[in-house]
Amino acid sequence: MRLFVIYTVDGVTNGAVYAAVALALVMIWRATRIINYAQGAMAMFTTYIALIVIRHGAPYWLGFVVALAAGLVIGAVTERILVRPVESRPPLNAVILSLGVLILLEAIAPMLFGGQTQSFPTPVSNIDLVAGGTTLDFSPFDLFTVGAVLVAMLLLFLVFQRTTLGLRMRAAAFNPEIARILGIRVGRMLTLGWGLAALLGALAGMLAAPSVYLYPSNMDEVLVFGFTGAIIGGLESPVGAVAGAVGVGLALSYVSGYIGSDLAPLGGFVILIVVLMLRPQGLFSFGRQRQV
Amino acid sequence: MRATLRNSTLVRHGLFFLALAVVLLVLTSFVFDPYTNYNVTEVAIYAICTAGLTVLTGINGQVSLGHGALMMIGAYTTSVLLTWHPDLPLILMLLASIATTGVAGAIVGLAGARLRGPYLAGATLALAVALPQVPSHFASVFGGNQGLNVPTPSPPAFLGGDFSPEQWLAWITLAAAVITFFVLANLVRGATGRRFRMVRDNEVAARLSGIDVARTQVLAYIISAACAGLAGSLFAYWVTVTSPSGFSLNLSLSLLTAIVIGGLGSLSGAVIGSFILVYLPVWTGGFASSLNLSSNVANNVPLAIYGIVLIVAILVFPRGIAGGIASIARGAARVIPSSRGPTALPAAPESSQ
Repeated sequence: MRLFVIYTVDGVTNGAVYAAVALALVMIWRATRIINYAQGAMAMFTTYIALIVIRHGAPYWLGFVVALAAGLVIGAVTERILVRPVESRPPLNAVILSLGVLILLEAIAPMLFGGQTQSFPTPVSNIDLVAGGTTLDFSPFDLFTVGAVLVAMLLLFLVFQRTTLGLRMRAAAFNPEIARILGIRVGRMLTLGWGLAALLGALAGMLAAPSVYLYPSNMDEVLVFGFTGAIIGGLESPVGAVAGAVGVGLALSYVSGYIGSDLAPLGGFVILIVVLMLRPQGLFSFGRQRQV
Repeated sequence: MRATLRNSTLVRHGLFFLALAVVLLVLTSFVFDPYTNYNVTEVAIYAICTAGLTVLTGINGQVSLGHGALMMIGAYTTSVLLTWHPDLPLILMLLASIATTGVAGAIVGLAGARLRGPYLAGATLALAVALPQVPSHFASVFGGNQGLNVPTPSPPAFLGGDFSPEQWLAWITLAAAVITFFVLANLVRGATGRRFRMVRDNEVAARLSGIDVARTQVLAYIISAACAGLAGSLFAYWVTVTSPSGFSLNLSLSLLTAIVIGGLGSLSGAVIGSFILVYLPVWTGGFASSLNLSSNVANNVPLAIYGIVLIVAILVFPRGIAGGIASIARGAARVIPSSRGPTALPAAPESSQ
């Protein structure tokens, strides 16, 4: 039972990080019908930038803000310069383009920051809390991770549902033609959407780095598990993405704890296949049937 | 010259024979140079796998980000069988790898036939990440992270005592590649290939014409996986150690990117892509080491250049290098006045994810 609690806490914490990645993927998918395979690599890159800022003596929080700002810029610039030309082309072109960005970022990172694995600081303690003599099974950083992702989601929800800007972005994603007729600068909205998604990815990078450490491909698995969660959730629904990602986090944690950590990714794969066999469009997708 | 260019079919054939001449040039030169020999073997291995992937993704329209995992199944089949029965002939190893990977392909294909676009991409991506971690859990069978040693096959006695095993492997690999391409080229031009393309282009129309869409997709997956298994088996012999690190996510991504920048949907694109996969690191690596950079920079120059090549190729040649050549040929056909007017080349198939 004690182990079950530990695995559950681990699962939820990791799931929160996957949820941030999944949400970023869903935002970009809804706006541009593109899966950004470079999402993880961008997060890796911004986390390195934060590490440099922190290594130069700045407080953690300055590094944190710099990473998120860098994410916003990298995402927006990528959309404007690289993704825009392929948005109207066959989908596989966008896949290859984002794989190109992924490969390029993972090659540049060791050139700039060194290839060796580095530890990454946490803003609050990483050691499990003790209350009244008994060790609780979560640390302040676990709480921070889950809390930060929740706050980010709440802010995004407010931006998208309660502001004019959010309404414009939703319109641009929902129907670019009509949005353009109504005077919305669709291109800018897409750029902003990519920027916000990359910002969310940068948050995931900062939260993942203390436990997975920092090296050029450190976010590969996080991206795949976030993507798995987003697919299970149906790719269209932000709520589904978060639920799917937390589910993946829990599943991986249980497989890793009870069977063996080497088999955790295989467990994730099996769950993905089982869900997709039952519902090929994911759990939270109510839209039209399969797109060919 | 003008008369030749006037007919675009001739131009296309001319380009084809030019490419063939280049291949023959390499084939003749590898006899004399062991290093080229070694690289050409690698090109042939990738070409076998990417040709299968071309049938799946280019011809049948099913995307796979996990073909490295299928190659891994082929490589481990050969390696495990060799540790159990070191004396079995090589051809049996190749066939066994084709068989096991074909079965794996049938399973993945059955799942994949229900999935489209990013769903299929995500599932295959998850496989590419999951499978390389399995050997370390069953270390007694698969040798864990150390991997399994694979002896280079020894050449038959009639070739003489000083015939190098490396060259023998090169011959085997090239022969396997030629047979694979011969089979696939026939398949792609025949009725099966037409069914594959029809399913890719319009599922509803395919179903109306009496094609079993799901069965066609599973068949494409089995054929593609069998190619990956053959490539994986040869890969095991070529590397001489089969370990999980040889089948990283990068391998799967490289295979898919290779067929797209080569030119999606054509078997020649698979060859071009495989050449790029092998020779771009060779050339750029040599260039980087000549610059006297620090190892962190120099070691990653080939990867960085590969990323840039991918991005630029997609932005400049949206239909891959083979498609780019076709566009240039079409442009030439337009520039040169023709009494019949410009003859458009058949458009390369648009990719469908």
